[in-house]
Amino acid sequence: MNARTAVRTARRHRAAVPAGRRPRSGAARRLTYLTLAAVAFFSALPLYYSVVVASRDNAALADVPPPLLPGGNLFANIARVFDTVPFALAMVNSVLVSGSIALAVMFFSTLAGFAFAKLRFRGRNALLVLTVATMMVPAQLGIIPLYMLMVKLEWTGTMYALIVPALVNAFGVFFMTQYLSRALPTELLEAGRVDGCTTWGLFWHVVLPAARPAAAVLGMLTFMSAWNDYFWPLVVLTPEDPTVQVALSTLASGYVNDYVLGLAGTTLGTLPLVAVFALLGKQIIGGIMQGAVKG
Amino acid sequence: MATRAPDRLAVPPNRPVRSRRLRRHLVHQLDVKGSPYAYVAPFFLLFSAFGLFPLAYTAWVSLHEWTLLSDEQTFVGLDNFRTLLADDYFWNATFNTLSIGVLSTAPQLLLAIWLAHLLNRPLRAQTFFRITLLLPNVTSVVAVVVIFSQLFGRDFGMINWMLSWFGVGGVAWNEGVATSHAAISVMIMWRWTGYNTLIFLAAMQAVPRELYEAATLDGASGFTQLRKITIPMIRPTTVFVVITSTIGAMQILAEPLLFGSYSISGGPDRQYQTLSLFIYENFTKLDFGYASAISWMMFAFIVLVAGVNYLLTRRAKGGLT
Repeated sequence: MNARTAVRTARRHRAAVPAGRRPRSGAARRLTYLTLAAVAFFSALPLYYSVVVASRDNAALADVPPPLLPGGNLFANIARVFDTVPFALAMVNSVLVSGSIALAVMFFSTLAGFAFAKLRFRGRNALLVLTVATMMVPAQLGIIPLYMLMVKLEWTGTMYALIVPALVNAFGVFFMTQYLSRALPTELLEAGRVDGCTTWGLFWHVVLPAARPAAAVLGMLTFMSAWNDYFWPLVVLTPEDPTVQVALSTLASGYVNDYVLGLAGTTLGTLPLVAVFALLGKQIIGGIMQGAVKG
Repeated sequence: MATRAPDRLAVPPNRPVRSRRLRRHLVHQLDVKGSPYAYVAPFFLLFSAFGLFPLAYTAWVSLHEWTLLSDEQTFVGLDNFRTLLADDYFWNATFNTLSIGVLSTAPQLLLAIWLAHLLNRPLRAQTFFRITLLLPNVTSVVAVVVIFSQLFGRDFGMINWMLSWFGVGGVAWNEGVATSHAAISVMIMWRWTGYNTLIFLAAMQAVPRELYEAATLDGASGFTQLRKITIPMIRPTTVFVVITSTIGAMQILAEPLLFGSYSISGGPDRQYQTLSLFIYENFTKLDFGYASAISWMMFAFIVLVAGVNYLLTRRAKGGLT
């Protein structure tokens, strides 16, 4: 049987063949689950271990074998974190910075994505190619002049230095362009036009509601990466007015032998994101996979 | 849909006043032709100001003797680059970057393809596996390094404890070149393998099922199907992942910085100082001209390595014949 007949046969028997690949033998199937379970275990292990260490005292770290279950010192250690670095302020700063960046990226990306996906204008393709090309430029490259610019604007040490340069990003524009060109029927826009909507009216009444699922995912991704951003905040902020990551690095660097303190801070700074992720993980993953298909 | 169609149509048309119609026509034209530019403008304006301008300005700064300590910037041409090429620390950083980059990227991508292959079939608890895969990526770099530094501790670390079962004792992970590169690579792999797996999985799910069904009828094993169907079919995604991973790997900074308890030299003997870290070291010395020159060399490397990888991945054998 050659390949073409095979395809045809398979098509004909489609209903008989389960949605995926051929039925696997029991042993192979068990091995697959075992492997995936091991991966899941190792993905969660370091986080679990950080909770274990964070809930003990430094003496427990010298135990052999290492402690495997949480102890009772978690809250005492967390209190120490708050005494050592301005952690509450850092949390407020991080929420403020990541939140405003996420909102701005959602808005501007949907706006530009709408134009690229559904509007006709001269130079559209060239501008879109330029946008995608800029995704390849490493952000770190401009850190030095960006820092000089911030000094000139007198923004160093303030949250403006983090927020303003991050208000837009090429990935967001590309992501929303992809989504809107597929998910938003052009007929809907035409109907809006017939009803006398201006372009802005279309954006507000038709595009924004349609873009909501993808924009939410983009917002989450942006929030997470802004929350986890480390290098740029480290360069422009002071330890007195930090974000969570900068505060954590102070803990991790200044108190080298106090791992318990470091891991208590780490746990504290990571848990909010892990919690959000546990709630919305499915949508976020869907978004990543959707954005990736046409990579 | 919440459009106002019925209301609008119900209103009787205005008396035909020519000039008003003309004006409305013009406004409409302006709206249709002009507004797209207004919509993409915020992105391009902000990106130019905070993305492209700094990039170009780095090139200008790199041609100067430029520090924050003095107001005078002397033009020195390519002197910074000349010094750089003769600087052993620079080549050391380049070697470390490439070494950590290869150690972390190559096994990671193979692992990711394999895991995606495992996930690309009907399985129970798909969502659970996908979420745990992405969990490391949600964890911040700082957290990852703090956690792993503890795991990689010489005397009481869990990894050495486990190695001791096999008779390997007391590895000082952050002292040697090979050991520190391995430890840092593990951190990077832990954080990024799951993310790349999902991207590969997305590509694999777009491969037509009929191909697998036909291959199965022809008696091809799972591994043969992976090699002969999946890998050739997802090549565009592979190119994309290889390029983005390369760019990421060339810029590694936080891992070595924090692994060395915040040493900007990347360990006492610069065993794991990467290029980014080297830039940062010169930046903290306020030697902006030199740091800018390194930045541009790094950019050149990125373009070079990404280009080579692009050609290699594209030419990697495959093809559905």
